[in-house]
Amino acid sequence: MGLEIDEREGDGAFIVTVSGEVDLYSSPELRRAVTQAVAKRTGTVAVDLRGVQYMDSSGVATLVEGLRAVADTGTGFVLVAPSQPVVKVLQLARLDAVFDIRDRL
Amino acid sequence: MGMEQENEYAIEVEDLVVRYGDQTVLDGVSFQIRRGETFVILGGSGHGKSTLLRNLVGLMRPFAGRIRINGQDFTAMSDAGRMEVRKKIGMCFQGSALFNSMSLADNVALPLREHTKLKESTIDIMTRIKLELVGLGGYEDYLPAELSGGMRKRAGLARAMAMDPEIIFYDEPSAGLDPIVAAGIDMLIRKMQSTFNLTSVVVTHEMASVKLIADRVCMLRHGRILAMGTLDELAASDNPFVRQFFERRPDEDQEDRDDYLRALTGGSERTAPGPQEPEDGR
Repeated sequence: MGLEIDEREGDGAFIVTVSGEVDLYSSPELRRAVTQAVAKRTGTVAVDLRGVQYMDSSGVATLVEGLRAVADTGTGFVLVAPSQPVVKVLQLARLDAVFDIRDRL
Repeated sequence: MGMEQENEYAIEVEDLVVRYGDQTVLDGVSFQIRRGETFVILGGSGHGKSTLLRNLVGLMRPFAGRIRINGQDFTAMSDAGRMEVRKKIGMCFQGSALFNSMSLADNVALPLREHTKLKESTIDIMTRIKLELVGLGGYEDYLPAELSGGMRKRAGLARAMAMDPEIIFYDEPSAGLDPIVAAGIDMLIRKMQSTFNLTSVVVTHEMASVKLIADRVCMLRHGRILAMGTLDELAASDNPFVRQFFERRPDEDQEDRDDYLRALTGGSERTAPGPQEPEDGR
């Protein structure tokens, strides 16, 4: 299964919904979406990860890049409902306490 | 790299035969390794463990037999095809195989720079994540020569993990380390396996490590599989050579006293035994 990304504005946030597999070869697509979302400065950037079946360290690194980028803009960066594979990788990298993780937006 | 699940087995080896000249080093070896399994290849020195590993990672081509990686016939592939498969494979070398002139961060980043189109900013964070994973956060700018043996092993593991492989091979991961550092490497192997559902193949003769990490064990003797199963199954085996290995007993000295005396007093010529001399009649 590949990677699918949906981008929309709503609820005072820019929501990037990710599903499928985020790996070395598909994560540049996630990076593009996250970078664009941060650049819009329309409010909180929310990355919905409930549909992610697999994420490797390139996906996690991309999310860290997003978090770092919003620090410069003063807006928020939220991970919404990360699936179990995402949670495990975040925990292993000790990033589960670094991100703002919410069950829903 | 995705997690393709169409095949239950990550690795399938069928009737593998490897020869160095006239010497048969692996003789009809067959086994299957399930996805997410930690499979230990055990055996004494010179019984074919390292040769088997070199074939599994594609550094050698066998004389006969077949190796399938994720269902694909690895042995019949072109070099280009093997290179693609190797991107899903991580190799943790016994001597770490780090580039001494490069910092740890550059060592870990190298495969990502070579094989992906990721941005340097992404690679930089991935590298730091991998070094943090193995307990080397903050050592990014160190050269390998500035580290202890255990730290170099961990750095080698970080580099093996750089491309987020599906399968990782470890060659004697805890050899030459003190028991505490070795146990730390074993725990790391376990952590990587459970978090990423990594298929792990570990070549070792360290029984303490085997107890900590193995789901299944395959014991090689004279290039053939002597026994295969869980550690408990092997520990219950009544095969004399399995027992000898588990009980850490040396080979019995069967030399005749008179022959020995003659050898010492120059009364006879001795010839050194060959490394592959069969002792069990095969």
